[in-house]
Amino acid sequence: MTEKLKISIKNLNVFYANKQALYDINLNIMEREVTSLIGPSGCGKSTLLKCLNRMNDLIDICSINGQIMIDGTNINDSDQDPVLLRSKVGMVFQKPNPFPKSIYDNVAYGPKLHGIAQSKDELDSIVIKSLSRAGLYEEVKSRLFEPGTGLSGGQQQRLCIARALAVGPEIILMDEPCSALDPIATAKIEELIEELKTKYTIVIVTHSMQQAARVSDRTAYMHMGELVESGFTKNIFSNPQHQKTQDYITGRIG
Amino acid sequence: MTTITYLAIFALAVYSFIINKSRAVSLAKFSNLHSQPYYHGIYSAVFMFLPAITLLILWTSIQNILTNLTIKDYFGDINDPGLVKFYINSVIDYSSGVSTRIIEHSGFLPAVERYSSLTYTNSILKIIVAIGLSVTLLRLSMKTVTVEFKAREYVERLFVMLMKLSSIMAIVVTVGIVLSLLFETLRFFSMINIFDFLFGLQWSPQTAIRADQVASSGSFGAIPVFAGTILISLIAMLVAVPIGLYSAIYLSQYAPYKVRTFAKPIIEILAGIPTVVYGFFAVITVAPFFRDLGDKIAPGALSGESAIIAGTVMGIMIIPFITSLTDDAMNAVPSSLKEGSLAMGATVSETTKQVIIPASFHGIVASFLLAFSRAIGETMIVVMAAGFAANLTLNPFESVTTVTVQIVGLLTGDQEFDSAKTLSAFALAFVLFFLTLILNVIALNMVKKYRELYE
Ligand SMILES: Nc1ncnc2c1ncn2[C@@H]1O[C@H](COP(=O)(O)OP(=O)(O)OP(=O)(O)O)[C@@H](O)[C@H]1O
Ligand SMILES: [Mg+2]
Repeated sequence: MTEKLKISIKNLNVFYANKQALYDINLNIMEREVTSLIGPSGCGKSTLLKCLNRMNDLIDICSINGQIMIDGTNINDSDQDPVLLRSKVGMVFQKPNPFPKSIYDNVAYGPKLHGIAQSKDELDSIVIKSLSRAGLYEEVKSRLFEPGTGLSGGQQQRLCIARALAVGPEIILMDEPCSALDPIATAKIEELIEELKTKYTIVIVTHSMQQAARVSDRTAYMHMGELVESGFTKNIFSNPQHQKTQDYITGRIG
Repeated sequence: MTTITYLAIFALAVYSFIINKSRAVSLAKFSNLHSQPYYHGIYSAVFMFLPAITLLILWTSIQNILTNLTIKDYFGDINDPGLVKFYINSVIDYSSGVSTRIIEHSGFLPAVERYSSLTYTNSILKIIVAIGLSVTLLRLSMKTVTVEFKAREYVERLFVMLMKLSSIMAIVVTVGIVLSLLFETLRFFSMINIFDFLFGLQWSPQTAIRADQVASSGSFGAIPVFAGTILISLIAMLVAVPIGLYSAIYLSQYAPYKVRTFAKPIIEILAGIPTVVYGFFAVITVAPFFRDLGDKIAPGALSGESAIIAGTVMGIMIIPFITSLTDDAMNAVPSSLKEGSLAMGATVSETTKQVIIPASFHGIVASFLLAFSRAIGETMIVVMAAGFAANLTLNPFESVTTVTVQIVGLLTGDQEFDSAKTLSAFALAFVLFFLTLILNVIALNMVKKYRELYE
């Protein structure tokens, strides 16, 4: 596997008002790999994830310092447009959140917004391709124009993944994408992640150790806003360097 | 005298509460009471208060009927029932000292004497019985303070009954209002053809005072009046919808938390300004402004009573309704949808247009409808700023009148209550009521539908 650095986080500190949420984070994320962030609740996983597509900008009281380089550019530079960044860095949320529109319009939402498709046909093909890639097309092809909110939870989540794929991102951020799903739907999403990583760089937050072990190449363990250790998933799980990591993965904390 | 009786009974009830509560407290020292002492107090107070008060009220009303019957005999020689009623009232007023006017009738003074003696003995008797009943009940209630007495359950039932009664009252009052309106309206339609009223183009009720003109159809055509109401309300919506919508979008989507918590209550205060103040605002500020503006374009073209003036001020009045309700509707859209859209690289305004507004559309439309029905029923502003002349026009620079203005005009001053002119006010009010009712029902249904969508 040829390794290429996709995201590089250097000395990142994040504050909510006066309260520090992340302390001096340093982390490298490789292209076309799945990196999972694990750690006890409140340790700052979501916060770190949201820094990567600048969703933190939306929170008034949130301020950050440090560097986040994606493809060699600091995304927090003043000349960087968060709106463009977010079309390059897609996000899937914990709870499926399809828009109250048809399945088709949900997927076409991003392409229309960014003027990606030149014609109706092109838009159609983007929608179909994205739905297929998210493993949903076969299930919904007969009802593309019915509301997306009428799908099952697992289907909704895959719709949200299709929606993110439709804008042609390079990175996909997933914040506990399976926590609202049953085991079968979860297995489907995990399968999907496996497939997607051939094209995309994926960062996933998860509370399930098994899931991290199953889907990710690398794992980063966080604790109380600090990055305790990171490395290949198999190493982290079989041979953790830190006591805290050991405690967490054996279920003693968290 | 009667007031003192009521007060005495109330005082006895308070006394009953205190004494029975304290008895329960001392009882509680030795054993586990089924109900807390407080409930024993309430129970015993109500136990004596309700029957005593009911007795007083019943007694008083029966007494009134009986005495009225008795003194009616003194005026047996009069045939006009209205006049008899007036004489009886005069007797009562004179005896109770409300008035000193003596009616020139042989029966009057004897009637006064009879009435006075009757009421006097009656009152004494009434007070003795009522107080006696209270004291008896008080003594009885003391026996109920026992360990196992379920005062708490009875008190609970009592409060449920009180609440039921209140709800029934609210409904009965509403139905009563509608019915009284309906009856007067029907009386009006027995004089004037309903179709002439609903579709007539000519509104000039003043001319109908003379008998020969009542029959002349056409003077009660309500179309110009309703057209005026609609015109002014539409102008109001033209002012209020953009401002209300944009301010709601700003508040719910852009404003920092601090601005929002500060600005929203202020906007809602606007909704509490008495409309007569808006009326002044219309007459003193807005009317001169528009007149000066009009004079620059075409001198003398614009009177101080143009539809546009009343409409603009009314629009300002209903802005807070739209802002507040639309803001609520937009805020009810789950934030996950907003985040989802922003995370796709949409700007806030794109998100608002494409996700937030469609998702809260029912609520937004409902806020428009409610604001519109508010505008239709608004009275004070138009009374002060719109005219009385019922012109049928769509020109906002002309003077028009509204339903509410006409109603006020028809019912103020000395009016006879069975002329077509006066009754037409009820017909207008009834149609207006019907219109706003329909608007409100539609709006509330929409709100409900969109609540179901997200809950
Ligand atoms: N919008 C916010 N305002 C203030 N503090 C916040 C905000 N969001 C997160 N925090 C704080 O930052 C810290 C990290 O939160 P974060 O949501 O990143 O944790 P997490 O690791 O994702 O937890 P979980 O596993 O429960 O999702 C917490 O202490 C939290 O209270
Ligand atoms: Mg989280």
